[in-house]
Amino acid sequence: MAFISSGYDPENPLKDRITDIGPRKGSEFYPPIIKKNKGKWLYHEILEPGIIKRVAESGDELYTIRAGGCRLMSVSLIREIISIADKYCDGYVRWTTRNNVEFMVDSKEKAMSLKEDLLSRKQPGGCYKFPIGGTGAGITNIVHTQGWIHCHTPATDASGTVKATLDVLFDDFTNMKLPAKLRISMACCLNMCGAVHCSDIAILGYHRKPPMIDHEYIDKLCEIPLAIAACPTGAIKPAKVELEDGTTVKSVAVNEERCMFCGNCYTMCPSMPLADTEGDGIVLLAGGKISNRITAPKFSKVVVAFIPNETPRWPTMTETIKKMVDTYAADARKYERFGDWAERIGWEKFFEKTGLEFTHHLIDDFRDPAYYTWRQTTQFKFT
Amino acid sequence: MEFKHKTPLLDQLETGPWPSFVTDIKQEAESRKKNEKNIEYQIPVDCCEDLLGVLELSYVHKRTHWKHGGIVGVFGYGGGVIGRYCDQPEMFPGVAHFHTLRVNQPAGHFYTTEYLEKLCDLWERRGSGLTNMHGSTGDIIFLGTTTEQLEEIFYEMTHNLDQDLGGSGSNLRTPSDCMGESMCEFACYDTQALCYDLTMEYQDELHRPAFPYKFKFKFDGCPNCCVASIARADLSFIGIWRDDIRIDQEAVKAYVGGELVPNAGAHAGRDWGKFDIQKEVIDLCPTKCMRWDGEKLEINNPECTRCMHCINVMPRALRIGNDRGVCLLAGAKAPILHGAQMSTLIVPFMKVEEPYDEIKELIEKLWDWWMEEGLNRERLGELMKRQGFQKLLEVTGLKPIPQMIQEPRSNPYIFWKEEEVPGGFKRDIKEFRKYHQR
Repeated sequence: MAFISSGYDPENPLKDRITDIGPRKGSEFYPPIIKKNKGKWLYHEILEPGIIKRVAESGDELYTIRAGGCRLMSVSLIREIISIADKYCDGYVRWTTRNNVEFMVDSKEKAMSLKEDLLSRKQPGGCYKFPIGGTGAGITNIVHTQGWIHCHTPATDASGTVKATLDVLFDDFTNMKLPAKLRISMACCLNMCGAVHCSDIAILGYHRKPPMIDHEYIDKLCEIPLAIAACPTGAIKPAKVELEDGTTVKSVAVNEERCMFCGNCYTMCPSMPLADTEGDGIVLLAGGKISNRITAPKFSKVVVAFIPNETPRWPTMTETIKKMVDTYAADARKYERFGDWAERIGWEKFFEKTGLEFTHHLIDDFRDPAYYTWRQTTQFKFT
Repeated sequence: MEFKHKTPLLDQLETGPWPSFVTDIKQEAESRKKNEKNIEYQIPVDCCEDLLGVLELSYVHKRTHWKHGGIVGVFGYGGGVIGRYCDQPEMFPGVAHFHTLRVNQPAGHFYTTEYLEKLCDLWERRGSGLTNMHGSTGDIIFLGTTTEQLEEIFYEMTHNLDQDLGGSGSNLRTPSDCMGESMCEFACYDTQALCYDLTMEYQDELHRPAFPYKFKFKFDGCPNCCVASIARADLSFIGIWRDDIRIDQEAVKAYVGGELVPNAGAHAGRDWGKFDIQKEVIDLCPTKCMRWDGEKLEINNPECTRCMHCINVMPRALRIGNDRGVCLLAGAKAPILHGAQMSTLIVPFMKVEEPYDEIKELIEKLWDWWMEEGLNRERLGELMKRQGFQKLLEVTGLKPIPQMIQEPRSNPYIFWKEEEVPGGFKRDIKEFRKYHQR
């Protein structure tokens, strides 16, 4: 493995340095039909799950074929996408905001032959490489974070929980039979790189044990005042600790009753790890949305406080999600998003119909907003 | 193919209909092992195998095996690279140092295969060959390389690909947008043009952390909000119009008559019965500003709040208005630290015209305030809550209008300012006592 220089000179890092040039301009990568019709699209129509026809004022027609996939993608797979795009799409391709690959062609015939080609491509274990769907009143790809594959704070895996969930809900990816679209998102800790807090269903990794403290190293590795300041509940205070060898070191003490397991201290200080086999797992939230359609955007609500990390397929989690989706599909009215349905029938009915257990964990006790989630009326339903 | 580590748990994720990331990583591991193209790999050839090994160990322990990040990066930048080290380097030397690069994506995630090919060549040779297409913020993510390769990758990217890194840390994060006018008839402004312009204008803020914490711009072309700007961006740009929804009465009749498929076909998978305009559109309108008399559709436009429902249901009959612009909302963030926040409306409507001076002026006023007053790791939305909406009005010079709120306050605890009260706060107690005994 011989080192190959790019031309960079470590002795003189500023030589020929190019900085602050920003991204490539998206418009240089537009297919010609988009260059020509940008801002002049007339309407669109979903011909079948995953295939959208877009018609411009000029009469031009654009067909997009949406294929689900993993956001974790090898260059080998990208090269396969390249070869498909070269063969059918004149060398253009795009991704959607939810990690789907979108192929663009200019006729229905091409769209149909591309569809056939994509569906014929399978991985050795039988998984589709390019499942087609993710449009209209169904589910689309689950956006997610890194998880155990590449992050230091996760309370669960991201790619694995998503794969397991999408296998169970696959039928709703390739169909459009739900009352409205259903957006599922996954974040492997509450830092929420994926900002899942406004999703119809959110899968969230969560810790349940306070941080351990590496007294011997904390003062060497961390700025103790920053770790103390990082705690949103003021649960961390400075402490002097005597080590086994009799030396006294500067460290911290954690008021465990006050800890809400957010991991913010660990973000500031690597000597306060939280990860734990039994402590960590999944929280499920539901009923959020970001669209302004009919009702205002809303936050997702915690409906299951904890599910253990059942590797490799998280069966309790996927069964619970499936139960929620199926109950919603059977009970909601056309156009009703998950949260709108739950609000119409009432959350007490939501728990009755889904069979999810209601526990004290689900009643908010975190600061001011908590009060606004309690019921201040005699209007409720018996369940 | 026989790999370095047995992965019985991960192997169970190689079946089922959805694409398997495990199979894909194995594919890359195999490709590196065979090396049919004789690539001079610049990082360990077996990194993908070791990645599977360390992930398998996490599936056994149910804990991550990645250490807290480290400070690595490219010269002169404070973001774009996330240091990543494995906590079992002896067991998995191929991923002992396995840093992430964020590569600023092209607007709308459009690519030519020629450009993608170059990205693949670079990353196959100098990195793991594994990516995220794309990361949560929108960047192309290069997943895993060694410290020595960082400058080499940056040099090749800037010199040969005309491509820069994205943001990370306490800086402007890589702005992202929806497909906007490129393909969508609902777009009320050119999301991609504005996203690109602001990304270029604020390169310094993007690469060199000078903020209290992260700051995100996201650009949604319409209130359907496909990039979730209202939930995720410190400054959310959502396209709207302020004139009338355009109506094609003939097309409305065609929907009613069943010649046109409602919802652009989005509900085609279930038999919901014949399309009923009264039940599905008129009655669901949140402001009840629509009327259908069997012949003609009427919209009382000043009452419309542009929720998009009717347009989504009948896209061939109803179109966004012509007087378009952007609605600005500020302060969204995920729950850490003090709970999740959505963006709050601060400017109901602004025209989106190059060179976007009005938008930039507002951005800079918000940043000046936040950089002056924001605490370490405090997002704009938290500062808004801590110092209050009045303060936001003061620093931006925005005029208070009822569109900014859902309802007026229900407590009278107004922090009156001295200059607002006639005579001021300084009073003479002696004079007061002349009329009021102790």
